[in-house]
Amino acid sequence: MDEKTDTQTGRLHLMNLITQIIIQVQELTLLIWRVVRGLTRRPRYWGETIRQMDNLGFGSLVIILLTGTFTGMVLALNSANTLQKFGVQSVTGQLVTTSLIRELGPVLTCLMLAGRVGSGIAAELGSMLVSEQIDAMRALGTDPIKKLVTPRILALVATAPALTVICDFVGVLGGLLISITLLHQPASVYLASAREAVDYNEIIGGLIKPTVFGFVIACIGCYKGLSTTGGTVGVGRSTTQSVVASSIMVIAVDFLLSKLIISLLLEP
Amino acid sequence: MTKNFNAIEFQDVSLAFGDRVVLNRVSLQVRYGESKIVMGGSGTGKSTLLRLVLGLLKPDSGRILVDGEDVTDYNEEQMMTVRSKIGMVFQEGALFDSLPVYDNVAYRLREQKVPESTIESVVMRMLRFVDLEDAVEKMPNELSGGMRRRVGIARALVGNPKIILYDEPTAGLDPITARTICELALKLRDLEEVSSIFVTHRLQDMEVLANEYVIRDDAGNLIFEHEGDRLCLINTKFIMLKDGDIIFSGTDEEMRLEDNPYIRKFLA
Repeated sequence: MDEKTDTQTGRLHLMNLITQIIIQVQELTLLIWRVVRGLTRRPRYWGETIRQMDNLGFGSLVIILLTGTFTGMVLALNSANTLQKFGVQSVTGQLVTTSLIRELGPVLTCLMLAGRVGSGIAAELGSMLVSEQIDAMRALGTDPIKKLVTPRILALVATAPALTVICDFVGVLGGLLISITLLHQPASVYLASAREAVDYNEIIGGLIKPTVFGFVIACIGCYKGLSTTGGTVGVGRSTTQSVVASSIMVIAVDFLLSKLIISLLLEP
Repeated sequence: MTKNFNAIEFQDVSLAFGDRVVLNRVSLQVRYGESKIVMGGSGTGKSTLLRLVLGLLKPDSGRILVDGEDVTDYNEEQMMTVRSKIGMVFQEGALFDSLPVYDNVAYRLREQKVPESTIESVVMRMLRFVDLEDAVEKMPNELSGGMRRRVGIARALVGNPKIILYDEPTAGLDPITARTICELALKLRDLEEVSSIFVTHRLQDMEVLANEYVIRDDAGNLIFEHEGDRLCLINTKFIMLKDGDIIFSGTDEEMRLEDNPYIRKFLA
């Protein structure tokens, strides 16, 4: 009897979870639709978009520089040992560059953005919601989607690829530093090898990913912030959920995009 | 064509959140120039009433008319026009944390792209009205609770709305500051002929709003007088809400004669 009740309760929980997920996807889709529809109508908050680009994008520069540099250094260090066993240590630059442009640059940059920016957006909008600032905005005749959500999405879609390029660049320099100082490889060898890894398709593929990731992070951050319930505790919950959901989505979408980019751009 | 005398009208409005009925077939009218004081315990649907007027919530059934216009089925864009006729004073002020007092008060005008010279004169006039000219450069976190509410009132008054909604503007304030807020409401009612819904559960507010009025003498000074032989206030009516139902509607004198145990307990 107890076993049967447990099974029924388990099913009920599962159904609740599935229903919750469907509702959240529906609400998120609706939010995105309102953003897209709002793009064609006035007013447009370009000033606010620039401010958000500065705040979300330029404000993340330091952590992206550090992430890129250390990733490049670690990549060079680890790969050089393995490559040495096969006598091809000279392609260290190529390996570091390809790894960064294709995968690590976009993913690590956007995971950092999910942590810093996604959480910030959710916390800010969540706080505004629980302190009735969003209602006040609506009462004063402003559409919060246009004023708050659209500028943040546009800002992140624009700055995530730019930050990724910077991450890739400093990563390659980090690898160069390790090649020269620890692996005692001439800079010219490393750079020549790195240059071989760079072609148009790789770069396009490496820019598509952060653009999509930026969109995903901003949408999830805004959605979680605007669906905050339960006062200040709820703000904390929304912030955590935003980081977790955006990080998972970045990795999941990365897989799908990688498959797509390889099929469309990189396969001979 | 019948002449419309009502600034706000509710016709059989019902609203429930899940199983909890918040408003149950509520009908009320606020005439032009009239103040409706909505009283009742916590969770009886007082603030919900105001949110329905602003279109921040939609009723499950019934009709809502603002300035003679049926706004029940209006979408967000259509509501923006309606909201320009309404000023809302939120419970905690709901000031925008990131903006100084000046920018908070100027918010609506900036959204309407009004020239900066006009904005400055309007903002200073509104801040003078609430006696906060000196706080113009302060940030909301530097203000006391009473000052925040007064800035909230100044912000709500921008654009000269003929309808003002007060959501417990005196909650949690000391008697002197609460009295200042009530005096501002009296000035708007008696000198500007603003129609309003004033949500409160404080008897002290009821005493001030029901028994006092303000006039301007020949020298332009404001004089607060008590209702008495010289004048009988007919522009202030009361509503008592209990569990989503209106259990009383009338003047303060009528309310004091009520036998309803809930009202007796409330007035005790």
